[in-house]
Amino acid sequence: MIEFTGLRKAFDGRVVLDGLSLDVKDGETMVIIGFSGSGKSVALKHVVGLLHPDAGDVIVDGRPVSTLDRLGLTALRRDVGYVFQFAALFDSMTVAENVALGLQRRGLAAPEAAARVTEALALVDLRGTEAKMPAELSGGMRKRVGIARAIALKPRYILYDEPTTGLDPVTSAVIDRLMVRTREHLGGTAVVVTHDLRSAYTVGDRIAMLYEGRIRQVGPVEAIRHSTDPVVRQFIEGRPE
Amino acid sequence: MIDRIGRRAVAAVRAVGQFGHFLGDLARAVPDVATWRGPVMVQLRRIGVDSLPVALFIAAFTGVVIALQASYTFRGTVPLYVVGTATGKSMMLEFGPVLTGLALAGRVGASLAAELGTMRVTEQVDALETLAYDPHAYLVVPRVLAATVMVPLVVALSMLTGIITGWLTSLALLDLSTAEFVKGLKLLYQFKDTWFGLLKSASFGFTIAVVGCVVGLATRGGAEGVGRSTTRAVVISAMLILVLDAFWAVVLL
Repeated sequence: MIEFTGLRKAFDGRVVLDGLSLDVKDGETMVIIGFSGSGKSVALKHVVGLLHPDAGDVIVDGRPVSTLDRLGLTALRRDVGYVFQFAALFDSMTVAENVALGLQRRGLAAPEAAARVTEALALVDLRGTEAKMPAELSGGMRKRVGIARAIALKPRYILYDEPTTGLDPVTSAVIDRLMVRTREHLGGTAVVVTHDLRSAYTVGDRIAMLYEGRIRQVGPVEAIRHSTDPVVRQFIEGRPE
Repeated sequence: MIDRIGRRAVAAVRAVGQFGHFLGDLARAVPDVATWRGPVMVQLRRIGVDSLPVALFIAAFTGVVIALQASYTFRGTVPLYVVGTATGKSMMLEFGPVLTGLALAGRVGASLAAELGTMRVTEQVDALETLAYDPHAYLVVPRVLAATVMVPLVVALSMLTGIITGWLTSLALLDLSTAEFVKGLKLLYQFKDTWFGLLKSASFGFTIAVVGCVVGLATRGGAEGVGRSTTRAVVISAMLILVLDAFWAVVLL
């Protein structure tokens, strides 16, 4: 279980998260939606200790992330797969090396790691790309490699940071399908940060709307889709004001 | 005015604190041999072997110039074999380490800051962390280790190259014989000349790599930030090399 408890974070005096509280239950896919710059990615980075909160905390399986030492953080990160907004593939490595890097860290023997790489790339429909460099891939392919790198670890938690941003509608739908397939294949808990509503409706069990640093509304997909909250409605309908 | 001075003072103190923190993280990462053992081989080649052409090019022409300038300075006053003395001493004590150090501050320092800066702004460093790697063990230790080991080796070859081109210049342009040049070379030679130059070079290599890594990993703000970091790394490394050069002279000579 992932619990955001009164999470507060400011950058250069600008408050981004202002007491964010949210529970993500085991086995569910929670989608956090919100306007650009509302702090969705910032919230996600706190889950794996990439950012340190000014106040509050994120608690993962009873472990307050901000209090973990180096070893504690390493142990936590072994349970989590993180898919970055722009994939964050290592430029100097091939696709296979990118996917295998986390497996090596977990001490998998080379044959087992190679099998996992093949399996993960097959799951994201990228068989045969093992020897390619990231610069040779399209944006959609890079995101799929990013997903393969995360799921190859078979993590208990998987965090997606804007997985469909910058992609055309068809490629976005492919990524959505992959996230659903990943869940069916691996189970586990997922947190998806996005402002792509179609994606949110497709992959989410529950949706939370982040607004002005706090959760404005959280509920099942249908509840959010038919929300009467003026801010949520504005976001859903894409009205400028 | 006072406000501006105060803010700069706070920023300077913060930078010193961050640097100390960085060195602490670096020291803590050193025992994690399993993580840095693989990447260090790549860095030994990139930082050492790939730097040889530029370092030897500089050393070759420096040797020529030292021999000619020594001849111009001493001709008619002292025996000309002191050209060998001047070439050997200058290349080992000063020009080999410092000119190579400054050249590598440009080549290696800029490359490290740009590479790590790009990794930082494209979230590759964050990705490493989420894969349970310590970025200091995976990125910083191999680079610092490789630079500290390889820069003295590159400098040793630079010293040798400068002395050889000084010798060839003496033969071709100064009517000195090989025996005279070698006599001059041996005249005031002490083993300290060699180890002093190499020790200095190791400190230059360490400094170039640490500055490149610190500045690179602190990069913010996309391509412009990477450009800024690259320039900063080169300027800071070059300044520190000159400061260290004076420091070692005061301490060891």
